[in-house]
Amino acid sequence: MSQRLLITKTPKCYVGGAFIRSESGRVAELHDASGAFFANIAQCTRKDLRNAVEAAAKAGPGWAKRTAFNRGQILYRMAEMIEARSLELAEAIMLGGGSKAEAAREVAASIERIVHYAGWTDKYEQILGSVNPVASPHFNFTVTEPMGIIGIIAPDDSPLLALISLILPAITSGNCVVALASQTQPYPSILLGEMLATSDLPGGVVNLLTGQRSDLIHTFATHEHLRGISGVVNASDRKQLKLGAAESVKRVRLQKSEEAIDWFADSAQGLYDIREWIEFKTTWHPIGA
Amino acid sequence: MLLKSHASLRRFIDDVGTVDAVGIEERVAKFTTRSLKKKSKLFGLKLAASMIDLTTLEGKDTAGKVASLCKKAITPHEGMDVPSTAAVCVYSSMVRHAKRHLVGTNVKVASVATAFPSGQAPLRTRLAEVRAAVGDGADEIDMVINRGAFLTGELSLVQDEISQVLEACGDATLKVILETSELETYDNIRVASFLAMRVLRPGDFVKTSTGKTSANATLGNNQVMLEAIRDFYLETGIPISMKPAGGIRTAKQALHFLIAVKETLGDAWLNNTRYRFGASSLLNDLLRQIEKELTGAYQAPWNFSDATEGY
Repeated sequence: MSQRLLITKTPKCYVGGAFIRSESGRVAELHDASGAFFANIAQCTRKDLRNAVEAAAKAGPGWAKRTAFNRGQILYRMAEMIEARSLELAEAIMLGGGSKAEAAREVAASIERIVHYAGWTDKYEQILGSVNPVASPHFNFTVTEPMGIIGIIAPDDSPLLALISLILPAITSGNCVVALASQTQPYPSILLGEMLATSDLPGGVVNLLTGQRSDLIHTFATHEHLRGISGVVNASDRKQLKLGAAESVKRVRLQKSEEAIDWFADSAQGLYDIREWIEFKTTWHPIGA
Repeated sequence: MLLKSHASLRRFIDDVGTVDAVGIEERVAKFTTRSLKKKSKLFGLKLAASMIDLTTLEGKDTAGKVASLCKKAITPHEGMDVPSTAAVCVYSSMVRHAKRHLVGTNVKVASVATAFPSGQAPLRTRLAEVRAAVGDGADEIDMVINRGAFLTGELSLVQDEISQVLEACGDATLKVILETSELETYDNIRVASFLAMRVLRPGDFVKTSTGKTSANATLGNNQVMLEAIRDFYLETGIPISMKPAGGIRTAKQALHFLIAVKETLGDAWLNNTRYRFGASSLLNDLLRQIEKELTGAYQAPWNFSDATEGY
């Protein structure tokens, strides 16, 4: 038998349910832990970010209108799809160095995190919503609503678990996200996109970009259509994001990249992360009418 | 019947020439590769805004909706240096409501008439609708041609009907909708364009579509009509205006169409007496992009009176 032709993969970003290359056509070489060439990673630009926001805006109303129970089913299905390809994901994480056991642990924690939020979809409203005592003949109650499109900026380390931990609390309540993956280890996000595409999650709810953080921070900060920014960034990026957010009136939740974050801890998940990305609506309803 | 239709069409095509379909497709594919930046982009965006026939053609139109549309046409965005749209385009029953808000402004009232969008009504009914719209104050009339007659080869009937509608218009500008998606081929679009142009006055329009069928204005059929206008102008010296309509929703698309005009007919057609866009949602996207050019920040649709369900 003759020697097989070498088939190299072009990793593409998952945007609007489709797999795209950057409109810029630019790529950067990704090397594995030993320094050997692995693949060309798309370098997304502000126009790719803009297109991803448009895709999220299209998907948003439909995602938010689904029943909480259905959103939970879809998130659980996401976990199923990732479970089936967990070995492949672990290998992608190992490109950045680290042992097989550590990579396997990160994949397992990621899957558990998805199941964790799948459980929350139809429960957070019961805890965060309320019936409020008022001194007039009104039935006064508070319910939650998703905010809209949330920008996610993932840290370099824990390329899968950190990304998923930032995305999930936003989409659990019906938001859509546009996420910039780890700059140094983008490949797990490429595989994640491929898994999301087969997971019943409507296209456009999660949009995953790769590329240089410095190319995109300004657009994340100033884009008026983004309602919030959730990310792990350094001091100068924090300043730029906060200034832009003040101008365009968006909510920011920025964690410091200078400090170590334990993504495996229980504190990296839960109800209060969901609460960051919802709006509260209070209604006064006359009693007896 | 079929033979007769082929024969009359054949004769007309021999007269006005055929269209190189592959050539047209290649030509228009190039229009989308031009790079417009900074000042020229801003110029193009504002020019496109000034060319819009801001349109509402729905069964659920009300006087109130038309009123707010007129306000939007006069002042597209508060506090932004952007021109009024060229016209407001409504059904004939809404003309009097639109006229009330537009008297004394440079925004014209355009009315679709002649049993829009199908045109399937007796000629006297269609003519009566045109007279009623003009009587109510319409400055411009958008008519549809008789596509049934066209496809069965009764070309002179089509032309006669256009002449009669033209007569009913009086001083009002006439726009002749060919409904390109129902004419099937580029050759037919060219024939229909010439049929109309040979009876129109300088400044009257040919228009691609009603916006009520699945296929609307494309760069391809726009180009066929622009070239027909060019050939007719070179032959007779009569300048006919052009209006693509339907399906043009984004600022980027509008710029592509303007590039086609610039490169086919030249600067003389780059104004709203010679070129228009029939559109409803295009204006908001133009405003979004103008604001983006001015501020450098991508804009959210809710800043421009778009219904977005909070997203």
